[in-house]
Amino acid sequence: MPKNSKDEVKFGESLTMRKQLVRSALTSGPGIGWVMVFLLLPLIFILVLSFMTRGEYGGQELPLTGENYKRFLGFGFFGFDMLYPQIIVRSLLLGAGTTLLCMVAGTPLAFFIGAMPQRYRNMALTLVLIPFWTNLLIRTYAWEILFAPESWLTRVFALLGFVPLGQPLYPSAFAIYVGMVCDYLPFLVLPLYASVEKIDWSIAEAAMDLGADGRRVFWHAVLPQVVPGLVAGIIFVLIPATGQFVIPDLLGGAKTVMLGNAIQQQFLQSRDWPFGSAITVFGMGAVMLGLWIYARIAGEKGGDIL
Amino acid sequence: MVPRRHNSAELRMANDTAAIEVENLVRRFGDVEALSHVSVTIRPGEFFSLLGPSGCGKTTLLRIIGGLDIPDEGVIRIGGVDASEIPAHKRPVNTVFQSYALFPHLTVYDNIAFGLRMKKVSKPDIADRVKKVMDLVEIAVLASRKPSQLSGGQKQRVALARAIVNEPQVLLLDEPLGALDLKLRKQLQVELLNLQRRLGITFIYVTHDQEEALVMSDRIAVMCTGKIEQMGESESLYERPRTRYVSQFLGSCNLIDATVKRRGQNDAVVDSPVGELHVDFGKQPTETSKRDKFTLAIRPEKVTLTPPTEAQGENRIKVRVEQLIYVGSETHYILRAGPQTLSAEAMNVKVGSQGFDIGQEAVACLPAGGLLVLDD
Repeated sequence: MPKNSKDEVKFGESLTMRKQLVRSALTSGPGIGWVMVFLLLPLIFILVLSFMTRGEYGGQELPLTGENYKRFLGFGFFGFDMLYPQIIVRSLLLGAGTTLLCMVAGTPLAFFIGAMPQRYRNMALTLVLIPFWTNLLIRTYAWEILFAPESWLTRVFALLGFVPLGQPLYPSAFAIYVGMVCDYLPFLVLPLYASVEKIDWSIAEAAMDLGADGRRVFWHAVLPQVVPGLVAGIIFVLIPATGQFVIPDLLGGAKTVMLGNAIQQQFLQSRDWPFGSAITVFGMGAVMLGLWIYARIAGEKGGDIL
Repeated sequence: MVPRRHNSAELRMANDTAAIEVENLVRRFGDVEALSHVSVTIRPGEFFSLLGPSGCGKTTLLRIIGGLDIPDEGVIRIGGVDASEIPAHKRPVNTVFQSYALFPHLTVYDNIAFGLRMKKVSKPDIADRVKKVMDLVEIAVLASRKPSQLSGGQKQRVALARAIVNEPQVLLLDEPLGALDLKLRKQLQVELLNLQRRLGITFIYVTHDQEEALVMSDRIAVMCTGKIEQMGESESLYERPRTRYVSQFLGSCNLIDATVKRRGQNDAVVDSPVGELHVDFGKQPTETSKRDKFTLAIRPEKVTLTPPTEAQGENRIKVRVEQLIYVGSETHYILRAGPQTLSAEAMNVKVGSQGFDIGQEAVACLPAGGLLVLDD
């Protein structure tokens, strides 16, 4: 195409470097700007903050130090303090437990939807998504009502002997996990379903043809095909669930400190922003580690699930 | 070198028990009968092909034999034993799928070893058998590759190896060469045939490619909308098709309407749109040949063309060359004789020009023995 400065457009335009830059700036610019100002800058701010020292009345002062990280990992002022390591472990356990329960409940669900005739699937997926339309707090309060001593559910449980009559079903570990699983189940089911939808059933037939019975067909031919979706689902549950503290607070009596609680405490009550930032950076580091693991396991095949 | 076909006497003597016997098989999908009272007996050691277009039921039949589908009516016997209640994973048959269906997360070695591992064969035995089979299909170097790293032809061989390492009584192949290019296909056709001869396993081969079926099979069953139209050895099927469908599906045929004028012992003189023809019924006239009207079929390669000056003899018709199709080793002619169009094929034996041009007048000879009476 002749580079005509008169810009006579025939079939397409001539694209100069300058025009290209202008176009990129106009289309991607706002998005990049937004991310920069509202995401990247605050993150850098937090990172820098985590290396500073707490001022006397709550600000931050200059001596840059790694003290905050040391304290978080347990090497505090008075020797080895289990407090924060315990918080980490507790949060990880909650996350892992939720993930496990979501897998147990979500895998059959994903396959069930996959087995439905095409016209019902969208409706089923919508039903899975409906909880997202309601605020988390409201949903959790709803569980509180359901777990109250007078509710029909509690009475059934009392009849079955799980609780003494007149006592509520919360605060308890049971209530926490019910709330957690109900909140995070869609995060596992949807990516898993994406894999289930793409299963090549001729491979399952091949396994049958070669002598595998039902159980072995599932293990050798079906399950390996959904690994990318499963791994994505696990990451999508594990990481947020580890940082979740609202549900454990509401359904668990707010007596134990989780990672989220700790961060909240440091920023609000203790006004130790540097330390709070250190905890935050630690949490984010864990997320990035998880994503890196996912990228390694699922490889290129899993990339399209994300 | 292509091994010669088994002749029926050899196969019949080899074993009295049929490898696969299917009786009155019916399979419906909703209102449609994919298989309509199909019965067939396949002999051990035979290379048997199911030939037909998409939707004729050949794949359905194959899947039912393999146990991947269950018939609505009918019986299936494998090696004489009623297999109707036996699930797929317990049947002594293995399938080579059209899409290969290799396990994507396993290496070539593990793919092939899969069936043996399901049967809990010992590790050293597995290693031994897998190695032998890999050498047989020449894929030993690919052992540690994954299916995504293989070409189409290589995947084909792995699928084959994975099936035959289990030493099945019958091997089922569902259009295994469909996805390959022409040259590779022809090469693998010969290799498959050689393999079958070496192993002696009964092969049931599904294809829509009539040339492929003719080249490889001992016997072919030509299928159409859920039924077997005609079954027999390649040559008899090609030289003596009984219906229009079979005559047009295997190669092509000229179809001529005929009305009987005079009848002899084993022949007749008929009237047709191209004129009077003498038809020889061969050693045994069929039921249809006893009627007054029937359809005659003659293969284009049996129609010979001569210059108009040699118009002597029976069944010689004046034609005009309407079209000429040059196919390299052959020339196909479209001829017109009054209301009838005929096609003739001739090998280009002469060095230089082959003789006839478009618009030229010629004489076509339809030999009396080549005119076949069709059942429909």
